[in-house]
Amino acid sequence: MGQKVQRVEDQRFLRGQGRYTDDVLVTASGAGVLHAAVLRSPHAHARILDIDVEAVLDAEGVHAVWTYEDLQGPMAEPLPLLIPHPALTHGRTQFALARDEVNYVGEAIAFVVAEDRYLAEDAVALIRVSYETLPAVVGVEAARRAEHLVHDDVPGNVAAHLDQRVGDAPAAIAAAAHRLELDLSIERSACMPMEGRATVARWDPDTDRLQLWTSTQTSTGVRAAVAVKMGLDLGQVDVITPDVGGGFGVKINHPWPEEVLVPMAARVLGQPVKFTEDRREHFISSAHERGQEQHIEVGFDDEGRVVGLDVRFWHDNGAYTPYGLIVPIITSTQLLGPYKPGSYRVRFDSVYTNTVIVTPYRGAGRPQGCFAMERTMDAIADYLGKDRTEVRAVNFIQPEEFPYDHQLVFQDGRPLVYDSGDYPASLEKLKRLVGWDEFPAFQQEMAAQGREVGIGLACYVEGTGVGPYEGAHVHIETSGKVKVAIGLTTQGQGHATVFAQLVADELGVRMEDVEVVSGDTRRMAYSVGTFASRAAVMSGSAVHLAARRAKEKALKVAADALEVDESDLQIVDGVVSVKGAPSSAIDLGTVSVLSNPLRYAFDEASQAATQFSVGDPGKPPVAEDDEPGLEGRDFYSPDRATFASGMHAAIVETDPRTAEITILKYAVVHDCGTIINPMIVEGQIHGGVAQGIGGALYEKMAYDESGQLLNASFMDFLMPYVTEIPDGIDVDHLETPSPLNPLGIKGAGEAGVIPTAAAIASAIEDAERHSRPSMSIAAMPISPSELYTLRQEHTA
Amino acid sequence: MKPAPFAYVRPGTLAEAVAALAADPGAKVLAGGQSLVPLLNMRLAAPTALVDINAIPGLDEITAEAGGVRIGALVRHAAVLASPLVRRVQPLLHLALDNVAHATIRNRGTTVGSLVHADAAGEMPVVLRLLGGSLDVVGPDGPRTIPVEELYVGPLESTVRHDEVAVSAFVPGLAAHAGVAFEELARRQGDYALAGVAAVVEGDVVRAGFLSVSDLPTVVDLSGVAAEDMADLALASLDPVGDIHASADYRAQLVRVMTPRVVATAREHARTRTQGGTR
Repeated sequence: MGQKVQRVEDQRFLRGQGRYTDDVLVTASGAGVLHAAVLRSPHAHARILDIDVEAVLDAEGVHAVWTYEDLQGPMAEPLPLLIPHPALTHGRTQFALARDEVNYVGEAIAFVVAEDRYLAEDAVALIRVSYETLPAVVGVEAARRAEHLVHDDVPGNVAAHLDQRVGDAPAAIAAAAHRLELDLSIERSACMPMEGRATVARWDPDTDRLQLWTSTQTSTGVRAAVAVKMGLDLGQVDVITPDVGGGFGVKINHPWPEEVLVPMAARVLGQPVKFTEDRREHFISSAHERGQEQHIEVGFDDEGRVVGLDVRFWHDNGAYTPYGLIVPIITSTQLLGPYKPGSYRVRFDSVYTNTVIVTPYRGAGRPQGCFAMERTMDAIADYLGKDRTEVRAVNFIQPEEFPYDHQLVFQDGRPLVYDSGDYPASLEKLKRLVGWDEFPAFQQEMAAQGREVGIGLACYVEGTGVGPYEGAHVHIETSGKVKVAIGLTTQGQGHATVFAQLVADELGVRMEDVEVVSGDTRRMAYSVGTFASRAAVMSGSAVHLAARRAKEKALKVAADALEVDESDLQIVDGVVSVKGAPSSAIDLGTVSVLSNPLRYAFDEASQAATQFSVGDPGKPPVAEDDEPGLEGRDFYSPDRATFASGMHAAIVETDPRTAEITILKYAVVHDCGTIINPMIVEGQIHGGVAQGIGGALYEKMAYDESGQLLNASFMDFLMPYVTEIPDGIDVDHLETPSPLNPLGIKGAGEAGVIPTAAAIASAIEDAERHSRPSMSIAAMPISPSELYTLRQEHTA
Repeated sequence: MKPAPFAYVRPGTLAEAVAALAADPGAKVLAGGQSLVPLLNMRLAAPTALVDINAIPGLDEITAEAGGVRIGALVRHAAVLASPLVRRVQPLLHLALDNVAHATIRNRGTTVGSLVHADAAGEMPVVLRLLGGSLDVVGPDGPRTIPVEELYVGPLESTVRHDEVAVSAFVPGLAAHAGVAFEELARRQGDYALAGVAAVVEGDVVRAGFLSVSDLPTVVDLSGVAAEDMADLALASLDPVGDIHASADYRAQLVRVMTPRVVATAREHARTRTQGGTR
């Protein structure tokens, strides 16, 4: 724990030896696996009048084509609404293949399986569809106007409306010494993992079982969904998640149409089938996020203390709501950050548009909430002429106030109660790290040279490690090697490293003897998935508990063998020895041999466990309350989420003439409780900040009025390169352990991305402050062209 | 993102290449493929045949010629960028190439291919236009030379005929006492420019070329124009267009900021060359 242990995954990944879903069942000849391609809607909103697949049936290399009419039983039902919520009164999900209407450009209409992907795409081009195009609803404003409806039976395009309140915010604002109103907006963006979606299925007629490899953040979720859709028993379905080339949230939504169509086709055709999404498909038929319009009213006193906060926002959920209301619920609750307003009311509408669905993307609604709260804090400071850090400090929840109950309901259906934290200490660290107090002198110095620089900050609190549970299985083999299985999947975070660290620590074995397998339902059938910064908290705790169980058993068996008391034993580097008498020792491999009474010897080691060698003839070889083998299995299920926190500060320069925006310095103070591996936490922060910079300065989904995505490629969707990220990101840690889990861990996966847009907006506004005092940054991301336009509006 | 079916030929001589093009009106030349292959994969272009000229000998050379440098059709951007000859004879080509995409694209993409692609957002067309070079092509009727003034006729449209293969470009050298400069502004390093300006100053003659501003590579004569008036004069010849990355107004602003700056840099370059000999 706490060591900067090198990632065990990196050798493989950096040498190109990762094994991704597209690599599964690849043979030298390429034969044996069929490839799928999907006909996708070219229209954002249309009725399907007719689909003519005649030409496809005769096309070279084509094995089959499916449209909605060919789907049967549960396959013909809409895809599941994964997370129902009472407020989601008008939840809608799509069919695996569109039935009679398409609601976004990219929606799947027909599924072709051919000898290879080239032929499959050629065949797709031969399908003729007659459409009656309908008016497209694009953007929150059009959805709210509701001149046209996305779904005929959803009035006002409103999927859900949710209110939460603590106290009487409108009354408090009305009575407050000062009041402000803000209108803010955040553009759409998307996860954009290097590896898109991919699924391979093989039906084994000999055992009547399905094997499915898929690039997912939840193999157990896909397994259950596929079993239902295909009418199979759970026991007939194995889902294996090989290496995953990034998820960032998009792969937690499931099942995707292709995730059920591929196994269906494999079973019908009696041959393995593969679907590997290409980048354009990822842009138009996976998922996006962000995308909110917000109206904020706030009342505050002379010190900047918020007495009432009233937030109304509109969340663009795209064409369907498979992932429920998770994103807007998170926005509405996590908006509060480290602050304790005197009263709070939040109301949101989740609205339909004829665009790609919106499901969680790293940060999952928090960047929007943080933007709302932090822009409000800056506005209060500006109004009162106070330092922005002072206004935040007077609103902080204090260290002695934990656990702090916001009296709201969080995304997991449980009370929003912060478990621990120290926000004033974080702020002090951040101010030192970025040089907050020295900045005005620097700003003046730059101004004398005609340069505009600004500083900004933003604070956040992140609920991490939501339930319901995760499990782990630890097996010490007779070789002394330790095999660990966790149920959730891994997308490159370094799970194989950190969980091996935890096992090595708890069990007393060497890191290199521990191997971690994740996301394979054959090895761990009970799991939820990798999202909400929960892997370290949930699986980490489970791994720790399972390793403890394996250790307890090892000590018991070893105590019997060495004829000493368990409490006299220790395990170091895989050897159990008597404390103070190192010669009296037995290695864990031998303990494993002894733990499994044998009838048959198959090698020298196993002879030691055969029936004439061990055991008390007067007792059963395996005690009534015991099991054979040296294993530990345990689950961790917390009362509620644990709340990590942090603060970012940015120093930016804006060019007075070209409006170019350059980040000169970026500083992060981060508190994720007890740190398992600081190097991995810092890597998570760096990656998150990079994505945050994307959301602040570069990335948006440029839909035109007809619902066509104009920038559906990496040429025009501007994901920042390494050249756009500051050379150094300064990171400082604070560790306030969580009281909710055995190791005190809080999640770290999403933190880096949450406050970035808010911090950079704050800094840009500060840089422009002297030239254009009335100009505020109300929308992100912001490009040089948009900053230029904004300046023009404020210099007229 | 797989191309529609096409025939593929890899001729060993120019004559075979020209014959293959003449035989199929839907055929396209493949050199570096950095613009063509993405278009194929996105099925935005579906030529019936690709005539791959990479096996034709003699097209991959950079040679010094009287008054300039000649670049063969298979010379990669990276080779032009690394060429001391190019840098000495025409430093503007080197300056501009440094802004062309990313190293991996420069390793495959050809400078002549970029000229034929005729993208007004590309660096090469406007540089050649500014320098007054030419393009040599071979067709069924033999070779001909297209002066750059006659090369570009519309967005992504050149006067190279369907059955002609571009074999080389001639880039005039820089006069001893002249100076050049290049600047562009892109959203990310290596992206197409939001706007870019190249300039040549030779004595009293000042000319500037603009990329990514209008839909054709455009050159404006700024001789005798005061620095503060340059941008307005240039903008009179330009028709800035807006897109998802920048508004037309913003592009005009970039022209206003960059034009006098680039001309001043070119003038300074001319001064140092005059004082210190060729650099």
